[in-house]
Amino acid sequence: MTKLSLFLGCIVPNRYPGIEKATKICLDRLGFDLAELSGASCCPAPGVFKSFDKASWLALAARNVVLSEEMGREVLTICNGCYASLEDANLELKGNPDLKKETNEYLKEIGLEFKGNTEVRHIIELLYKDPGPEKLKALVTTPLDLKVALHYGCHLIKPSAERKLGDTESPVFFDELVEATGAKSVDYTDKMMCCGAGGGVRSGHVRESLEMLEHKLACIREAEVDCIVNACPFCHLQFDRGQLAVNEEFGTDYSIPVLHYSQLLGLALGASPDELGIEQNAVQNLEFLAKIYEISAGLR
Amino acid sequence: MSEEILDMLKAAGLDVLACMHCGTCTGSCPSGRHTSLNTRRILRDARKNRDAVLSDDSLWLCTTCYTCQERCPRQIPITDALLEIRRLAVRKGFMLPEHRKVSELVLNYGHAVPLDEETKKKREELGLDPLPETVRKYPDALRDVQTLLRACKFEELLAEK
Repeated sequence: MTKLSLFLGCIVPNRYPGIEKATKICLDRLGFDLAELSGASCCPAPGVFKSFDKASWLALAARNVVLSEEMGREVLTICNGCYASLEDANLELKGNPDLKKETNEYLKEIGLEFKGNTEVRHIIELLYKDPGPEKLKALVTTPLDLKVALHYGCHLIKPSAERKLGDTESPVFFDELVEATGAKSVDYTDKMMCCGAGGGVRSGHVRESLEMLEHKLACIREAEVDCIVNACPFCHLQFDRGQLAVNEEFGTDYSIPVLHYSQLLGLALGASPDELGIEQNAVQNLEFLAKIYEISAGLR
Repeated sequence: MSEEILDMLKAAGLDVLACMHCGTCTGSCPSGRHTSLNTRRILRDARKNRDAVLSDDSLWLCTTCYTCQERCPRQIPITDALLEIRRLAVRKGFMLPEHRKVSELVLNYGHAVPLDEETKKKREELGLDPLPETVRKYPDALRDVQTLLRACKFEELLAEK
């Protein structure tokens, strides 16, 4: 089985540690060989850093990849943004000898060298390929009777020339992983639309970022789901903390629970909501919490 | 008028001259539905080497969702071109104060979103080490990140021009 190192990024360890815990629980129960990636930094964030300076973006991303190269492990990301930065940097450096040489000049300053002998993975494409939705379904101990609004997030599937995960207009692979848990992935208007956080918009133009989010939330509310599921902690933060900001800004009363896929899968593999940090979200929807505790205890 | 913008895009292998102004990019843009971002106009200004595009605030309203790039019937790498234009804008000194702040966080802490006390408690509640296995726990690793950014002259880029 693939040997992996866990790249945490910023938002998971520093805002939503439940996603870190859930990832470890899921991969352990699925029998993956997952090690910590000690001393990693920000990926760095593709929307901001890549918008500022290419050399620094590449150098920092390369350092993170090299830490994993030196362990002889593939890098596991649990964030679309981290995946975008590390995967794009890894591909560019592997494919462009001049860029690799230039980046290695910088890395020499800290005694490292990018060799280009490892891969960058995202938890969703990893699980889709191995064990895959069918086998995963067979491993579920607690089938989840939940209706889910799935949010793929942009950088998991785009740019498609680099990601090679197929159709970007109506993909289905992530829905299949959601449905492997017993949950139903409900279609909704503008499902493939961006959450509005990326590209430095959430940090630079918060009002506009929240307007985009409000549109998404309105579409999701119409679909009458139990929760939103994502695979990116930045989308997660936007949906969760951003939801409270939307309510304040626009006088709305959204209270839609938000789960990272690792937390949804964790529930289905028998972990309890408190182990997975679901209650640590900003959105506190007691009806939903009661429901998942009942499911977790086998009461429904 | 300088040929700087178009030359820079060309050097990066980004051909925007194939644009036929169909507007698919603008029509597909999730930000453009809610904001002043007009992707087609940004591209047109870039191909005409109009320096005004570099100080255009709407350049920073793109969430880099890549929908325009995926849908462009002329296969123009629109989002990649927009990122290239942003980088030139930054070299010319156009950077939002909020983005300068995020950059400083990475310089100081190695993270765009550094650890806070509230999250340390949440980590403990989950049975995790209050300090994650990142640069936060390893001062030598943080020093390496800072050395690397210095080597790239990142700080000089952030200086107000």
